[in-house]
Amino acid sequence: MVHWTAEEKQLITSVWAKLSVEECGAEALARLLIVYPWTQRFFASFGNLSSPTAILGNPMVRAHGKKVLTSFGDAIKNLDNLKGTYSKLSELHCDKLHVDPENFRLLGDILVIVLAAHLTKDFTPACQATWQKLVGVVAHALAHKYH
Amino acid sequence: MVLSAADKSNVKAAFAKIGGQAEEYGAEALERMFTTYPQTKTYFPHFDLGKGSAQVKGHGKKVAAALVEAVNHIDDIAGALSKLSDLHAQKLRVDPVNFKLLGQCFLVVVASRNPGALTPEVHASLDKFLCAVGTVLTAKYR
Repeated sequence: MVHWTAEEKQLITSVWAKLSVEECGAEALARLLIVYPWTQRFFASFGNLSSPTAILGNPMVRAHGKKVLTSFGDAIKNLDNLKGTYSKLSELHCDKLHVDPENFRLLGDILVIVLAAHLTKDFTPACQATWQKLVGVVAHALAHKYH
Repeated sequence: MVLSAADKSNVKAAFAKIGGQAEEYGAEALERMFTTYPQTKTYFPHFDLGKGSAQVKGHGKKVAAALVEAVNHIDDIAGALSKLSDLHAQKLRVDPVNFKLLGQCFLVVVASRNPGALTPEVHASLDKFLCAVGTVLTAKYR
């Protein structure tokens, strides 16, 4: 089980309170598809992904980004039971979606960069360390049920 | 992975915006790396890694200078960093996984200090550039 210090929990909740889940989620997913274009392989049904502009403006990308980051909110409410929280989603990503867990790590890194851009100087090294840890454990939890 | 003309242009423009602050960016990237990925400190047992360390600042300056050199010779990064590549292969032998970690931290510094400069297109180009630098520095490992 992952141990979170009081400081880490505070850094997680204080950053979360400053976020627009819809904006940051949309931006993180769009950047994933732009920076690591091979990740587009999972989104063939999303329509026009032919350019960064198309990706950024794509309403399905925006909606899905919001969905993904909203699920992070569940993680934050259940920091002491991430594997349980993500158990069903993990099975889904393995059995139905067939997503290589490396993609969760890529998205996590992108999310950290999006947070840095939004929070600027408030995104201290301690903040980054905590959030890199969080995205890492979320990625691990999402991969946990893979077989 | 190849840098397109657009990538090269994006990277040059980003570094032009960073300008004289490159040294600070280098130092902050290192500081973030040591905080976020404590295992990277194992390569610096001889350093004071405390906050504001002069040694970290000095090393950040070296890292930044190497990146700037790579940008200035972006058509031949391998040539520009050949000596550094030898150094990493023969003496430093930093595990290749760590270049990605430093790259991530450098992007975070750019994002936090200059978010307007890090459009998705520039983000993609910079990420590719930093990967290319890491590849060059580890190219002679075996």
